[in-house]
Amino acid sequence: MSALKIKKGSNKHSAYNLRPTFSDVIERHTLAVIVDNEPGVLARVIGLFSGRGYNIDSLTVAEVDHTGHTSRITIVTTGTPQVIEQIKAQLGRIVSVHEVHDLTVEGDSVERELALVRVHGTGDQRVEALRLSEIFRARVVDSTHESFVFELTGAPDKIDAFAELMRPLGLGRIARTGVAALSRGR
Amino acid sequence: MTRQMSGAKMVVQALRDQGVDVVFGYPGGAVLPIYDEIFQQNDIRHVLVRHEQGAVHAAEGYARSTGKPGVVLVTSGPGATNAVTGITDALLDSIPLVVLTGQVPTFMIGNDAFQEADTVGITRPCTKHNWLVSDTGDLSDTLHQAFHVATTGRPGPVVVDIPKDVQFASAEYTPPGKAKTNHYQPPVKGDIETITELVEAMETAKRPVFYTGGGVINSGNAASQLLRELVEATGIPITSTLMGLGAYPASGKNWLGMLGMHGLYEANMAMHDCDLMINIGARFDDRITGRVDAFSPNSIKAHIDIDPSSINKVIKADIPIVGDVAHVLEDLLKVWKSRGRKVNREGLQQWWAEIEDWKKVNCLAFTQEGKTIRPQHALARLEELTKGHDRYVCTEVGQHQMWAAQYLNFEDPHRWMTSGGLGTMGYGFPASIGVQMAHPDALVINVAGEASWLMNMQEMGTAMQFNLPVKQFILNNERLGMVRQWQELLHGQRYSHSWSESLPDFVKLAEAFGAKGIICTDPADLDDAIMEMINYDGPVIFDCLVEKHENCFPMIPSGEPHNKMLLGEASTEDAIGNTGAVLV
Repeated sequence: MSALKIKKGSNKHSAYNLRPTFSDVIERHTLAVIVDNEPGVLARVIGLFSGRGYNIDSLTVAEVDHTGHTSRITIVTTGTPQVIEQIKAQLGRIVSVHEVHDLTVEGDSVERELALVRVHGTGDQRVEALRLSEIFRARVVDSTHESFVFELTGAPDKIDAFAELMRPLGLGRIARTGVAALSRGR
Repeated sequence: MTRQMSGAKMVVQALRDQGVDVVFGYPGGAVLPIYDEIFQQNDIRHVLVRHEQGAVHAAEGYARSTGKPGVVLVTSGPGATNAVTGITDALLDSIPLVVLTGQVPTFMIGNDAFQEADTVGITRPCTKHNWLVSDTGDLSDTLHQAFHVATTGRPGPVVVDIPKDVQFASAEYTPPGKAKTNHYQPPVKGDIETITELVEAMETAKRPVFYTGGGVINSGNAASQLLRELVEATGIPITSTLMGLGAYPASGKNWLGMLGMHGLYEANMAMHDCDLMINIGARFDDRITGRVDAFSPNSIKAHIDIDPSSINKVIKADIPIVGDVAHVLEDLLKVWKSRGRKVNREGLQQWWAEIEDWKKVNCLAFTQEGKTIRPQHALARLEELTKGHDRYVCTEVGQHQMWAAQYLNFEDPHRWMTSGGLGTMGYGFPASIGVQMAHPDALVINVAGEASWLMNMQEMGTAMQFNLPVKQFILNNERLGMVRQWQELLHGQRYSHSWSESLPDFVKLAEAFGAKGIICTDPADLDDAIMEMINYDGPVIFDCLVEKHENCFPMIPSGEPHNKMLLGEASTEDAIGNTGAVLV
């Protein structure tokens, strides 16, 4: 092998590939996939993940360009670097897919999720829930004498933290949208 | 020029404009309007198969032997579901197909109507892309896009599902030049810097090897020509996957033979011991790599593939090049020539000396003794007696397929049609029908096992109806030979359901269809019988009774690396460990 000039494992084609592709470390990546908004396109994407055994932690989709009829699918997934690379390549292969962006490696990005959180309680517990919600800038969107529904936006860990704080105060059901993400301006 | 016409007429017009001359199909309620249009024209021939699976494999045979897309027309529901095996086969082997399926009328979709199936749902994971056309106004654009997608980039099968009311309704027809194209346009040129990196590696490598696959054939005849030029000019040895046979001629001086699980000793040893592996249009399939963590441990791996998802999927590529084989090879040759046509002569000389030692093992050697025909002998004789002919070979799946790959020699691309990725028993016979349709005067042989052949034997009717003189060369061991071999090696010789009971009399079967049947049991009669088959003007079923317990060697046992090949019966004891046993 020494006769060869290039180093085994070298790869100068993408800065991302500088770390070992075949490592066992599980990474979390947020992907933005721009697709034609046509019947079955979401099934193609989801079918790819289930058929090839990839993980979906969260998935959101909506049409973002009404004239070009393209939708943006935001997928949070986990896997080894090799699996993440495969997911991106496999997504890129779907004929309805225009672009695949890995927001986790393409520079800084903003991730936000919206949650609706119901908290049951009376007396001190109810006051404490309301006080904590102000710290999290959550809004009360529904209230009865025994419950609140809070609306909260933030990164997924912020919503996790809020839910944990509410647990002893009477946490009820939670609805979460899943992550929407956009790269920061450069 | 645009004009008003019915959806059904549009289908025929679009096929005509796409240069389609033959369609393989089977009519039914949901495609009657299209069949009515087919009835009223003479440009496109329709081959009536006897089962929709046969239509798809026939279209695959047509596509593989011509390089053009194959076209299939079937009805809704069972017509479409019967086609699924063939479509999946085409996906795994990257064969361009356009499959048109009828569908119940749009207003009945979702009502569990008669012969309704969710065809786009069912075929989504087994097509490159599919469409349900809900408006006749979109039909011609969709049909032209279907041909574009099927044949562009990594080829593959597409399905266009056409509801019956869409076939009846009228709209304006758009010819191909004016059709809305979609954004799908994969790049064909490889990155020149990376190509240069590969050239640098080729200049210094002591033990390089080309490992080529079906991508070379799919890329077109220019790719095979460029490959031949590159191999001859550099003197680097070359091996190929099952799918790539014929891209480099078997008579070429640098040819090592096929590699992989049942590949040649010298090819697999070269793969294991090389210092530079140049993968051109192959995909590191598990039949090739064997145990991945022990696969060619000391080599730099270059990988040329048009599909980015093939790269780093199984084996880490040190020099990845995404592009079409012909385009990349053209640039590779240019760069290599402009840098002075350098190779490591000394290293190559030593490398070839090593390879010559491996060749001396003579891993395909066999002796034909006694009164029973050995399958290897049957194929060696078939090769000898047919090699001068304008010959196309199809196979079914199993031992006979591997023996055919080992003992038949292919000098040109598009001459070898076999189900590689999916391993579909029943592929070969209908495929041979498709090949013969495309090449009416050629000698088309399907090397088969009796069990595989029976899976689509109904196509004898098709062969007879369309005067297709396909030669069905059945190596009859009255066993599911490959299953039996694995049961012998892995399951304590408990041959669970791996024999062919109640076989038909193949000669009578042929005669029942009006074809010729030949049975051969004695090695002494074999040559005459093969000549009789070749010289008969019409379909022939050749029932060649062969040794029943022959195993296919060489063999890399599952879970083992390339240098742990089994070369014959003596080496099989406990060859496969527990970890290997779970692999297929």
